[in-house]
Amino acid sequence: MPDFQPTLLAQVGKPESHTRRVYEQSGGYQALRKVLKGMAPKDIVETVKSSGLRGRGGAGFPTGLKWTFLPPNHPGPIYFCLNADESEPGTFNNRILMEDDPHQVLEGLIISCFATQARVAYYYMRCEYPLAFERTTAALAECYEAGYLGQNILGSGYSLDIYMHRGAGAYICGEETGLIESLEGKRAWPRIKPPFPAVEGAFRKPTVVNNVETVACVKQIVERGVDWFKSIGIPPDPANPRDAGSYGPKLYCLSGHINRPGCYEAPLGITCQDLIDRFGGGIWKGRQAKAAIPGGISMGLLKADEFHCPLDFNGPGKFGCLGLGTAAVVVMDETTSMVDFLLNSCRFFSHESCGQCTPCREGTHWATQMMTRIKHGKGRHRDLDLLAEIGETIGIMPGTTICGLADGAAWPIKNCIKKFRQELEEYIRRTNPTGWMETNPVPALELVGIH
Amino acid sequence: MPVVIVDGKEIEIGASERLNGIQAARRAGVEIPHYCWHAGLSVVASCRMCLVECGKRDPATGKVTMQPRVVPACQTPAAPDTVFITASDKVKNARAMVEEDLLLRHPIDCPICDKAGECLLQDYHFQHGREARRADIQPFTSRRRELGDTVTLFVDRCVMCSRCVRFTREVSGTSELLVINRGAQEEIDVFRSEDGEIQFPLDNKLSGNVVDLCPVGALGDKDFLYKQRVWFMKSHDNVCAGCATGCSIKVEENQDRVYRLKPRENPHVNQWWMCDEGRYGYDHVHDPARVTQPRKRDGKRHVNIDWSQIAPELDARLRKAGRLAAVISPHLTVEEAYLLAKYFRSLDPQAVLAIGPIPTEGSDEKFPTGFTIRAEKCPNRKGVEAVISRLSGGLVNWGDLLGQLASSRFGAVWIAGGYKSPWNDAQVAAKFSDVPLVIVQDCFASPLWDRADYQLPGATFAEREGSYVNATDRLQSFRWAVRPPAGVMVEGRLYWQLLGREGMYRASDVMAEIAREITYFSTATKGVPDVGVDLKVNQLA
Repeated sequence: MPDFQPTLLAQVGKPESHTRRVYEQSGGYQALRKVLKGMAPKDIVETVKSSGLRGRGGAGFPTGLKWTFLPPNHPGPIYFCLNADESEPGTFNNRILMEDDPHQVLEGLIISCFATQARVAYYYMRCEYPLAFERTTAALAECYEAGYLGQNILGSGYSLDIYMHRGAGAYICGEETGLIESLEGKRAWPRIKPPFPAVEGAFRKPTVVNNVETVACVKQIVERGVDWFKSIGIPPDPANPRDAGSYGPKLYCLSGHINRPGCYEAPLGITCQDLIDRFGGGIWKGRQAKAAIPGGISMGLLKADEFHCPLDFNGPGKFGCLGLGTAAVVVMDETTSMVDFLLNSCRFFSHESCGQCTPCREGTHWATQMMTRIKHGKGRHRDLDLLAEIGETIGIMPGTTICGLADGAAWPIKNCIKKFRQELEEYIRRTNPTGWMETNPVPALELVGIH
Repeated sequence: MPVVIVDGKEIEIGASERLNGIQAARRAGVEIPHYCWHAGLSVVASCRMCLVECGKRDPATGKVTMQPRVVPACQTPAAPDTVFITASDKVKNARAMVEEDLLLRHPIDCPICDKAGECLLQDYHFQHGREARRADIQPFTSRRRELGDTVTLFVDRCVMCSRCVRFTREVSGTSELLVINRGAQEEIDVFRSEDGEIQFPLDNKLSGNVVDLCPVGALGDKDFLYKQRVWFMKSHDNVCAGCATGCSIKVEENQDRVYRLKPRENPHVNQWWMCDEGRYGYDHVHDPARVTQPRKRDGKRHVNIDWSQIAPELDARLRKAGRLAAVISPHLTVEEAYLLAKYFRSLDPQAVLAIGPIPTEGSDEKFPTGFTIRAEKCPNRKGVEAVISRLSGGLVNWGDLLGQLASSRFGAVWIAGGYKSPWNDAQVAAKFSDVPLVIVQDCFASPLWDRADYQLPGATFAEREGSYVNATDRLQSFRWAVRPPAGVMVEGRLYWQLLGREGMYRASDVMAEIAREITYFSTATKGVPDVGVDLKVNQLA
């Protein structure tokens, strides 16, 4: 795809690209004017639906379909939450958009709010993004100034207010109901679904939660049309009736042991190898690749010989991964220890588990404890069986938790043990030559403290 | 009738009933283990102990389609034709997993834990857990932290079911408890300043309930802490005598010593709760100051007298006394009030029957779910009033009676007290100076007690049997929980003797008699179930 022109990232890199002046010079807010002049909300919903746009936040749920779940003719209020709590390790595409092109996000957001007839939107941004916060706040002020926000936008009779809300640095706030709880001022404990947010979300009202990149895509679809969008990406797999296709451009976050890490726009379906070679400039220091995370740490692992995996919504699943996730590809070279990888992954998820459901709270913690022990040379082969069991039993897929965080915690464990068991076993035997074969629990040493 | 299928067994449910999987399974006699779910609180489905397999039966074809994943029964509505499987390997494995997880960081200090013996973690582990511990990852700790005056927290025993947190938010409406930290570091706590000082302690009038709600030994009741192992205690259904709400309770005792009171589920009265005032309001039962020796006046002083002499002696004196009056305390049961009233009216058909003083305090307090603590601090005003009105054709209150004392020239006045705190003063006692025969039954000495010609030690609520009528006209019956201290005779037994009735005093027989005689009580004719009967039903008829 040498002729592929970035659209989402078109502004990025231009001087002053975050200002309204520069944005409008390159046709900014024309899509919004077009929408407010002549389109009905349901037309936009229909457009987005027929474009096949799938949510860019990780789950890949069809955006237009999500919007149609809102109760029809609802007296309101309907809320729109923009999920900018980008906290999947390795992911920074939202950050790039919010820092270098906040107006594109806002235009997409306003169009999406108009489509869903939300009159209040919450922009939920993680607090670790000070520059994005600064620029988005400034952009919001510019929008109010220009009449793109507030009462009676551009004389259309439609009114919208956007409120910034900064998270406090919890991964779980990126889960849509966790985000809503957090927005309401509570602990970000994901809610039981159903009811889904579209029926009962923020403040018990119908709510749409969409990712930053998703609304940016909405803007592009309205501007460039469905046909343009569908010309990029790959159609549904006829062999998989549940695949809705993967259309449109996608922002891939490339990091790890490569020469040119960064956020790159490419058509959905580009293979992992292509991405590394063409955009990432190959593996660094002339080394060989060992593995890659296909889309954020929770998606699992691709081995080096699986790099022909197409990075669309359906691709990584064929290689035992959870899915495309946030399309954050983290490449590991041959010197990387999988013990370190897995310990790091387990530690992250046990730290970020909200602690609501027992299997996730305790399972992730137990896994971290076992990995720590393995790392310190006290591991046993049997630990891998226990880890694999934890990986198989926690998550929304086996049904043992409320939200998908546990699945995200389970996938790296499952993938790593399945694909790199030999290496893990070798490490355990090498570091614990006398005890690796022990199968009985070693009794805990410290006595109970007496109160 | 809609049908739900639990483990292959068809259960009929009411068309308008909204049950969850746990409740539906209970109908089928299947107990689904659960920690976080409680019928009186919102559903969080977070402990995951109640995981079951769930599916749907097509009513037309009878074909069952199961969901591939396990679901929490607490959160799954038992809609018509829902299929629950609660004993498959999948379910058993899920339960074993949750049990194993919950014990990873649990201190397993059962030998020094108050909850041992009634702990769900113990019970479920025995039923559903793995045989051997596979985790050997961590040294145990067992930290204790104060939450307030009534409750203490054993931090590491907690299974994070969040019942207590939800209780303070949804039932008491005070929101003192919260979850701090995240993931495996999560703990229950109250708001503290940075140096750990409690800013807002767990301090509400229903605080003790969180201890009952706690499925494990994390929340300890300071009043009960380390006093008694639960397996030594016997539990007796009773009714709280603390206020006119009349919560259904259990009195738990060992060898006639009461160790704690707990609420008993009663949807018509107290749901699952009781207030702290009632819960901790049993100190007077074992108060060393309680009077336990019957005496009679001999000149200026009192001399001991044996219970066996009292009934014949009093009967003889009362028969000659002339005009009689009896004061019946709202702490007595309906049966006791009836027997005393009956006895007095049999001696003197014009005998004045008065109700004792009604202790009140503040005003009624209503909580968000409707639970009410009443200002009227006695259990049976309505019951005693009904008996008095029916047997004497009018109602005389304590003030009226005191006013009549000077003019009416009573030959004898019987005052049945039973109050748990001081209730009369020297001025009141002085008004009885001209009455030739004053008989006082009470738990504690008082000026009136000193004035009495006969001092008869009376019983407390835990020793009585009978029935109370609460503020909403619900009659609840109960049996005694402990035997009274030596030297005390329960009022009902004495009245039974005075009436010269045969055999033992049995409150249920007396209630049957009352229900036949007094229309107000007629609903109780066929006995009184655990949750009591509503007397208003017949008032309206």
